[in-house]
Formats: sequence, structure tokens, C-alpha cells
Amino acid sequence: MSLNIIVLAKQVPDTRNVGKDAMKEDGTINRAALPAIFNPEDLNALEQALRLKDANPGSTVTLLTMGLPRASEIIREAIYRGADHGIVLTDRALGGADTLATSYSLAQAVKKFGNYDIILGGRQAIDGDTAQVGPQIAEKLGLPQVTYAEEILELKDGYVVVKRRLENGVETVKAPLPCVVTVTGSADACRPRNAKRVMKYKRAVSPSEKAKLSEEQQAYVDAHADLNLQEWSAAYVEADPEQIGLAGSPTKVKAIENVVFTAKDSRRLDDNDEQIEELIKELIQNHTIG
Amino acid sequence: MANFYTDNPDLKLHLSHPLMQKIVALKERDYADADKYDYAPLNFEDAMDNYDKVLEIVGDLCGEIIAPNAEHVDHQGPHVENGRVVYADGTKANLEACRKAGLMGMAMPRHLGGLNFPITPYIMAADIVSRADAGFENLWGLQDCAETIYEFANDDQKARYIPRVCEGETMSMDLTEPDAGSDLQSVMLKATEQPDGTWVLNGVKRFITNGDSDIHLVLARSEEGTKDGRGLSMFIYDKRNGGVTVRRIENKMGIKGSPTCELVYKNAPAELVGSRRMGLIKYVMALMNGARLGIAAQSVGVSEIAYREALSYARDRQQFGKSIINFPAVYEILAVMKAKLDASRCLLYETSRYVDLYKAYEDIGKERKLTPEEKAELKLYRKYADACTPVAKGLSSEYCNQNAYDCIQIHGGSGFMKDYACERVYRDARITSIYEGTTQLQVVAAIRHVTTGTYRALMDMYAAMEVSEALAPVKAMLDELVPVYQAAVDKVTEINDPVYTDFMARRLVEMAGYIIMAYLLVTDASRYASDSMATSAVVYANMIKAEVAKNASFIEMMSPEQIAIYKAE
Repeated sequence: MSLNIIVLAKQVPDTRNVGKDAMKEDGTINRAALPAIFNPEDLNALEQALRLKDANPGSTVTLLTMGLPRASEIIREAIYRGADHGIVLTDRALGGADTLATSYSLAQAVKKFGNYDIILGGRQAIDGDTAQVGPQIAEKLGLPQVTYAEEILELKDGYVVVKRRLENGVETVKAPLPCVVTVTGSADACRPRNAKRVMKYKRAVSPSEKAKLSEEQQAYVDAHADLNLQEWSAAYVEADPEQIGLAGSPTKVKAIENVVFTAKDSRRLDDNDEQIEELIKELIQNHTIG
Repeated sequence: MANFYTDNPDLKLHLSHPLMQKIVALKERDYADADKYDYAPLNFEDAMDNYDKVLEIVGDLCGEIIAPNAEHVDHQGPHVENGRVVYADGTKANLEACRKAGLMGMAMPRHLGGLNFPITPYIMAADIVSRADAGFENLWGLQDCAETIYEFANDDQKARYIPRVCEGETMSMDLTEPDAGSDLQSVMLKATEQPDGTWVLNGVKRFITNGDSDIHLVLARSEEGTKDGRGLSMFIYDKRNGGVTVRRIENKMGIKGSPTCELVYKNAPAELVGSRRMGLIKYVMALMNGARLGIAAQSVGVSEIAYREALSYARDRQQFGKSIINFPAVYEILAVMKAKLDASRCLLYETSRYVDLYKAYEDIGKERKLTPEEKAELKLYRKYADACTPVAKGLSSEYCNQNAYDCIQIHGGSGFMKDYACERVYRDARITSIYEGTTQLQVVAAIRHVTTGTYRALMDMYAAMEVSEALAPVKAMLDELVPVYQAAVDKVTEINDPVYTDFMARRLVEMAGYIIMAYLLVTDASRYASDSMATSAVVYANMIKAEVAKNASFIEMMSPEQIAIYKAE
């Protein structure tokens, strides 16, 4: 059975390697100082999608991302690893979106895409850490959702069996297709970029990137259909202008605080069970753990 | 997000050498594949960009997967189950990652499934992989064997076997036997021709790296009654056909993730490669030359990790109120380690460029008649490659052992414990100066280039090159070492006694290697405007000036008569 698989992904600032220039004086992220990367858990989702493709020959994996035009970088990255196509949903009108407006916009894009069997995405993005967009898209499309997925165990006869990684263990659930599955970082890492695919698809460009190429390079891209990435606008996905971008975002940032963690006093414990037990109790009481 | 390619800017510099333009144009036949394969380069810049991007994948895999797996692979190791090798878990994961990344068969042509990379970027990948895990480099690097199939097998065999290697099947070269180590002429494994013209193999091989591979190249005695190298032929054994079992694997000091197997052949079906009787004298010699360059790359990678581990420990370790890197006794060791590393790397890539050039001409020569100029270039570059390969393998492997020793020394008592990577590096380094021909055998291969003047010609060529103003005095110093070397060579050739020449060969080859590597460091540092290479050039030239004088003094003082007292009864 061949599947139409959509993978939702986001290009994010690399907040894991934060240097001293990572934050501006007003407390907002200094995006210029942080490299833009493929959101890590979206890569976990891509791997699950590629495994479905491996197991179901003839399937296609399409990456869908909303962001600046440069987000086509992560589409190429996904194609290097085995994805087939990519769409950047990009429009000035989409800027400033919170999770509600984002999920609405992406849901519109998914509707426009049409015929799909399963939608995968990372649990959350490392810039906002909300974990809301995947579930909201599922709600807007009226689809079942499986969150915290660690592994897709089976897909057949119109349903999918998923192992979920929860706080206190694992849970295996079954959901009818189509559905939305958000994948957690404990899932298997994404396969590497493939050398031949890199050498071929490094030439893949979106329309806005193509416009900047020489005539000769444009002719090359025109002659190779699979090197043309897609860019969709808000109007193309028939999004209601009231529900997208800043206008569609009820979330208002009231203030941003610059919190710097510092080590305060240290305590020395003796190497015995009583002291360790005391410490554990204390940590549970003040909600550091548990 | 460790990346062992991008975190080491020297690699990209070496890749940008001006000879690459010629190498790539030859290898790509003026970019003729671009119409046939959508991943083929359109021009030189495009090809170089491909190498860069693919090496970035290699660096990523090494930093994120292979290096983090190395310690566990070293502890777990492979084992034998029912005559088959089971790799360590980390090894399996490493191989799977390399397969998915399409990093097998890198140097094979596109029509057989490869990436058509020149040797130079392929060797760079080997350098990077070896830094991550020297033992894994053996399994990955055995894709070299495909080169031998490509050069000497028939079209049908190439079409059947090479695509499988490119898809990720592993290889081995089954040469050594219990009584045939350095002396491969004594190989006894028996090849018998069947009435239908096919062959079967019977006998035992020992010390076979990755001996349970999918596709084996086997050296066997096809001519009954013969006793020397001329009775040996080369065969392909395909594991799918069965007939070979792994009796045991060795419990080794280092590179423990790489299974070293004893193999038993019982009527194992095999295919002849090329012509009978040419197995050792032609095919294995070619195979070994490729493998020796691979070990030179492995040595450089091991030197790299040894230096990095030592440097990072010396920065962190506080004694007497400061980091130990501030003590002259420590920073001298580090500077010398870096100089040996950089010198080895310069020679590694110089050698790989020569190999690239002559092999490209050889390959073109199969498609059309070479012009007289091309033939002359082929001959010249083959001579340079033949001269540089044993020195690169011999001296780089000795240097990586010295660097691994010094890495432990920098760690002090902690280095003697199993807690730091340096103890594994030390054990892994040890084999590099032994396998694919011991350092002593590299000297045997190299000495004729001392006496016939190849090394001297290279020195003269490098001496004529432009260098930066800052390095001009260093080059002037090297220019003065050349006559010192020449005087030693002249004395040995004048005495013209084979025993005396053999006895002095190591010293002469070392002197040649030292001077050539120092010249390469000076010219490369100037060309790439690299401050770190320039520093290494000064440190290295200072060091080898004393080493050359030491060897020269020994040769000057020794008469042929004195050699007898060295001989044990």
C-alpha cells in the first residue's frame, strides 16, 4: 500500500548551543547569533515517516513548513535524508503568528494538499516549547491525534499502532487513519543525509531562490521537475486573513524576563542512605523532581 | 553537533590544493557524466562543492555516531556464532549509518553505483573516520578492495560485485596464512580448477581483517607444485555461495571492534580474477599500495585524536596553580605532536594526489590511447606515488604511535587508567606500523627511491617552490639538509654492499621522509596562508634538522666491518 505522508517541520534557532550573544538586551532571541536548524524532534518524526515509506513502497513523504522563505533549507535537508517533496508556507501576512494562528495556517495548507494518509510532526519546537501546534492541527482537521509517539509499530487496514512514551512508562495505542502523530525526542534519530541525494538535490530551489539564480542555472532547474520546491501563500491555501499572522494570534507577550541561573550555596552530603533519602524527600517536596 | 570535518579547517585547505583542478578534470573526463547522472558535477567548482558536502556528512557521522560508539565497541567487540562473525552493536550501527549515507564505494565510477570520487577526498574521509574510531576505519576502508576488482576483474565481474559494495556490502582481503605473513610467496591455500572451468578453494587463512565479509579477495595457489609467488592467483569468493567458516577471532590489543579472523575454506567456490599466476606479483601489489595509503590515513586520524585528547587535557589539568599546558616541558610535547601530525597529513595528501593522477591516466588509457605527454606524466606520477606511499605509511604510523605515547604522557597517571580515551588510542595506534607491511618492509619498498634519486628529485622540486617571507629562513635551513642527506646516500651507494645498504636503509629513508615532509609543511603553510601549519613547519624543521644530523653522523661513522657485531647468533 502506498501512502501519502505529510511531515510538519519547523526551522528554529539552535537554542541548544547558546552563546553569550544569544539574547538581545530586551530579552528576545537574537536570531542572527543562532544558526537556523531543523527542529530536532521534527527530525525524529521524519525518520518515522521514512520508515513508513520503506515499508510501503511507492509512498511519498512531503515536508510542510511555515516560515520565512529561507525555511526551504530544511526542506532540502529533509530531501537529503529521503523525503520526496517539500512545501514552504510563506507570506508576510503569516508573520507574528502564535500557535493558534500557526495551526490554522498549517491546517489550511494540509487541506489544500488534500489526499493524505497520515500527518507526522515533532512533539514540540525548541524555540517555543509549547507542543500545541500538532494537537491543534488535529483538532482543526477533525482528526484523531497521538502525541508523545516513540515508534510507529504497525500501519495497515486503515489504522496505525503507536508506542507512546509517557512519564511513567509506555503505552501502545491504535488510531484510525488519517490521523496526526507527534513524535518525541526519545524516538530513533533520523537517518543521515545521503551522499548522492545531497549532490543531486543541493540544486533544488524554491521559486524565490530560483529568481536569484543565473539564467543558465534557472534553465537547469526548469529542466528538472524534481528540483522545484513549492512556496505557498496565505491566499493560495485560502486562509481567512483574520485568523492568520498577528491578527489571528490572541497570545500577547506581556513582558520578557531575562532569567540567569546562578549557583548559590552548596551542601555536602555524607555517603549514606539516610542523607540521600532526606535529599530525595526535599527535592520531591519542592517539586524539583517527581 | 560535533562534526569532525568542519571542526578541522586544515582538511578543507588540503582539499583546495591547486593540483585538484587537474585531478578532477581527469577523473570526471571533463564532466561528461553530467548528462547521464543527476548527481554528477557540472564543472570543477561543482565537483569540489560535492566533495565538501559529502565530507561534511562523513564528519557528522563521525562526530555524532562513530566516535560516541567507539568506547563501547572497544569493550564489547565482535564474537563468533556458528562460524559467523557478529559485530559489536556500535559497529552494526556505524555500518548502517554509512550505508544509509551512501558512503560505500565512494571511489567507484557512477555506472557501477559509486560516487566517482578521486582518491584524495576518499582518503580524507578515511582520515576523518580514523579519528573517530580506528578499528571501524578498517571495516569501512576495506571498500578499497573494490578498486582491485575495478582494475583487474572482467566487466561481468565488475557489474556483479562492485554495485553490491556501493550498496554497503563489506569486503576483505584474504592474504595472510599461518606460515605466510610478510612473506606472501609462501601462501598455500589451494585453488583447484574443476572440469567445468570453475574453481574451489581449500585451506586456512589467518589474521584476516573482517574475514566474514560479503565479498572476499583471496590469494591462493592455483599452480600445483609451485612454491613461489608466480604460482599464486587472485580469486573472488562470494559469501552467498558458502564454503568458508570463521574458526575463531583473535583477541587483540587494539582495534578491537575490527574482527580479525581465522578462516577455513572447504571446497569454497571462487572466481578467478584477471590472469592466472598474476595474483601476487601484480594484483596484490596494487591492492597493498592502496591499502598502505589507507593505513597512512588511519595513522593521521589516530595522530589527530591523540593530539586533541592531549591538548584538551593539558588545558584542563591544573597543577601547581595553573594549567599544565603552561609548562615548557608540556607545551613542547604538544607542539611536537602537532608538528608530526601536520607533517604526516601534508605527505598523506601529496601522496594521494600523485595516486589520483597516475590512476586517472591508467583508467583513461583503457578507453583510448594516451598521448606521449600523458604517458610521460603517468610514469612520473606513478613513480612519485610509489616513492611516497611507503614513506607516508611507514613514518606516519611511527608518528601516530609516538603521538599516542605522548598523549598518555600528558595525561600522567590518569592516562594509565582506563578512564580516558587515550588508552584506547594507544592500543589502536600500535597496529598501524605492523599491518599492510611493517615499517621495516616499507623501508624495503622505499630504499630504491633513495638510490635511484626519486626522493632527491622531489626535494629539488619542492626547493624550487615559492614560500612565504616568514618561512623563507626555514626553507633555507632545509636546503642545507639536502646535501647532508645526499652525502649519506653517496657513501652507502659507493660502498655498494647489500648488507650495508640494508642496514642503513631505515636511516636513509627516514632522512628522505623528514626532509620531504618538512618541505611540504613549508610550502603548504605558505600556499594556504595557515598560521598553525607555519608554526608546525618551524617546529618540525627544528626537530628534523637534529634527526637528519643524527642519522648522517651514524652513517658517516659506521664502516661495513662494524655491522657484524650487531648480529645476534
